[in-house]
Amino acid sequence: MAINLTINGAAHNVDIDPDTPLLWVLRDEIGLTGTKYGCGIARCGSCTVHVDGQPAKACQLKAASLVGKQVTTIEGLSKDGNHPVQQAWKEVGVPQCGYCQSGQIMSAAALLARTRNPSDGEIEQAMSENLCRCGTYLRIKAGIRRAAQLGV
Amino acid sequence: MNAVNLSRRFFVQASLAASGGLMLGFHMPTAEAAVTEAKPWNTPVTGIEVNAWLVLDPDGTVTIRIPHTEMGQGGMTSVALLIAEELDVEWSKVKAVFADPNRHLRNNKEYKVMSTHGSQLVALQHPHLMQAGASARERLKEAAAQAWGVTRDKVEAKQGVLKSGSKSAPYAEFAAAAAKVTLDKEPAIKEDASQWWLLGTGTQRLDIPNKVNGSAQYAIDTRLPGMVYAAVKASPVPWGKLKSFNADAIKDQPGFIAVVELRAVEGKRGQPDMQDAVAVVATSWYKAKNALNMLPVEWDFGDSVTASSKGMSENAKKVLGEKGLISKEDPKALEVIAASKKVVTADYERPFETHLRMEPINATAHVQDDRVDVWSPSQDQSAAVLIVAEQLGRDPKDVYAHPVFLGGGFGGNGGGGTAVTRQAAEISKRLKRPVKVLWTREEDVAQDKQRPMAAARMTASIGEKGLPEAIFTRALWYTQDKQNQIGPATADYGIRNMPYNIPLRHHERHNLDTHIPSSTHRGPGANQTGFITEVFADEMALAGGWNPLDWRIEMTKELPDWQLVLKTLKEKSNYRTDLPKGEGMGIAAVECHGTIAAACATVSVTRRGQLRVEKIVIVADCGHVINPHAAKEQMEGAACYELGHAWVGGLDIREGRIVNTNMDTYNILRMDQMPDIEAHFALSGGKKWGGMGEPAGPPVPPAVANAIFAATGKRIRTTPFRQYDLTWV
Repeated sequence: MAINLTINGAAHNVDIDPDTPLLWVLRDEIGLTGTKYGCGIARCGSCTVHVDGQPAKACQLKAASLVGKQVTTIEGLSKDGNHPVQQAWKEVGVPQCGYCQSGQIMSAAALLARTRNPSDGEIEQAMSENLCRCGTYLRIKAGIRRAAQLGV
Repeated sequence: MNAVNLSRRFFVQASLAASGGLMLGFHMPTAEAAVTEAKPWNTPVTGIEVNAWLVLDPDGTVTIRIPHTEMGQGGMTSVALLIAEELDVEWSKVKAVFADPNRHLRNNKEYKVMSTHGSQLVALQHPHLMQAGASARERLKEAAAQAWGVTRDKVEAKQGVLKSGSKSAPYAEFAAAAAKVTLDKEPAIKEDASQWWLLGTGTQRLDIPNKVNGSAQYAIDTRLPGMVYAAVKASPVPWGKLKSFNADAIKDQPGFIAVVELRAVEGKRGQPDMQDAVAVVATSWYKAKNALNMLPVEWDFGDSVTASSKGMSENAKKVLGEKGLISKEDPKALEVIAASKKVVTADYERPFETHLRMEPINATAHVQDDRVDVWSPSQDQSAAVLIVAEQLGRDPKDVYAHPVFLGGGFGGNGGGGTAVTRQAAEISKRLKRPVKVLWTREEDVAQDKQRPMAAARMTASIGEKGLPEAIFTRALWYTQDKQNQIGPATADYGIRNMPYNIPLRHHERHNLDTHIPSSTHRGPGANQTGFITEVFADEMALAGGWNPLDWRIEMTKELPDWQLVLKTLKEKSNYRTDLPKGEGMGIAAVECHGTIAAACATVSVTRRGQLRVEKIVIVADCGHVINPHAAKEQMEGAACYELGHAWVGGLDIREGRIVNTNMDTYNILRMDQMPDIEAHFALSGGKKWGGMGEPAGPPVPPAVANAIFAATGKRIRTTPFRQYDLTWV
């Protein structure tokens, strides 16, 4: 069935089963592969995107539920890769393997959009569902503090 | 590209089941899923090649070809730094691309080594990588010298510019001539850190920009025209036999294309070998996965179905009472212990752990008549070529592996990127079209090659001055087919060679059989035995009335590198043994891949038993550090990785299968559990070049366990810590 989705400001008409999770629509139908599959059960946060500005796990979002909503992925977070969170991530040198970082960045950007200058506790709370096997957590925290200085 | 008629529905049954072949039934859908153009995997290189590693562009760009894997450890940047240091070019002009594994094999291993494992990239590969830069630099100088009519020693090569008197030219101008120069002898490389201008300064990694905008390409991101998707299931009890399946039951599922039967080859049970499995191929992976879930499959689990973590643990306790293989024999040690008035003895155990790379196991293959292309998350892209060639019976010259970024490796993606690479090649061959095979996270954990379960009984007698005079250790591990060695590890690697000066030592080991496949795992050997040795060291020290840090310094008096590391730790950590109850500090030191790393952990434990790891100070001696920024990153990462296993990890095996196969039940460290990490180097220099990707991990679990003892009086001898009741009054 044909569904109209708005991804990163662009309209996409995709022919899919309406139950298909957004993650697979993004990756396999539209070709936006920056959003990653990690667990498929909303436990790792690698697939975090924004739906109407709120962080959400794309592996759990049925495509049909997103009609009329604005979906933003890592590819659409900024035009040139210079969203303050992305800038801070480059300055601090956050990623190692990088696989979870799209999700980390999307969660961090959503946190800073609602809390301009989060405390360590607020950072930990907002980011505790984004797992990183390489262990970049300290740099993620530093990156969020730096992004707060840069101003989201 | 193979032409495929997509408008026609047809059904084919082919059987090759004999001799380890495969059977498939496939079913073409009426519509093809939308696909886009494949993204570029290898950056096009312009310029003139000076040698296999180096291409110089007249616009000033210096392209460095990276033969090794970038899996988060900073390997791409390390290789570029080593070559740029010697070549002497502006770092800002360097562009890194992955080297071609097919070329490597075609030209008799032109890049020497493409495998990236064992924290060896810098430690062992730096001589030939630096040589590639130094030899190119001297050839450029010689080419310029000949053109300018001077001798080579009159030409200076600096920051991409050749100069002699009033003459000067950019490197690229002489690149073509340099490629043809023969030197009498190759120049020496700068092994002495005092000569470096670039190495050791702390460089931002080259792969960062592509990892903050979603553009870095991992194997899982491969998209090819006409590509189909496969979901795979092997026996939940590893090495179980596929008895039957009913493809008809799912042939009407949306997007269904085929069921492909994959068979293990008798006697082939190594890291890259396939088990029996069924693959469902469909027009999207989501459809393939759903259809696979509905496929009726019967397995013959064999005897392994009775295995469990609990049973293996009980058996381990029994076997620790039995004589094992002798690693070091000393009957005197046993006599002294038997006669001693003061004996410390304890049993330790570590469970199986899984790699859990964030990128689940996957591979994409496109098998055509004239060539084969493969995208595999391999820690050795040249091995991926050889494995695929072997699987297909093809000439490796026709197989092209396209290096990609790895979403983690941790020792689990050696040997060509595991069996999934064979699966992808086999399925593409059968279906005659490109296919991406992706394991679900559950399959990734259930079918991974795991870090072995290990246990040990440690006994020592404490003599004069409260120091141990004799030690008797008996270690065991469960490895598939009772392997004696995995990577550098054996059941007692790290125990039999502990650095402590105990005069009498007797060491034994057992290799116990399991059907759970075994693999190297970040910090192999050290990650299990480091815990055992270093918690026991704490127990020996305290039994003799020693401060555990002073004990370690005393017990390694003759070993200058250990002294350097431990004394630096003492200076940096403010280690104390007089903290109030509920707070504690713990020490551990472990050698791994030629690097000594020591850790001091500070923990707090509430009366209700809530553990918080506040801080870990780590000091490492890897001899030389070429990029302190990346090395510290690896120390933080390895510490987090191992703390995760020790605190919240552990695979649970019941009825022969791993039952905690996803991230709701197999846990890794979360941000709110991450301690502050303070990383320091204490470099002995000289000829020592140790690894840095893994060694900071192994001392962390014992340091934390020892800190928990200091805080609560509760001795931790197995993991995960969370199974312990840490309440205190």
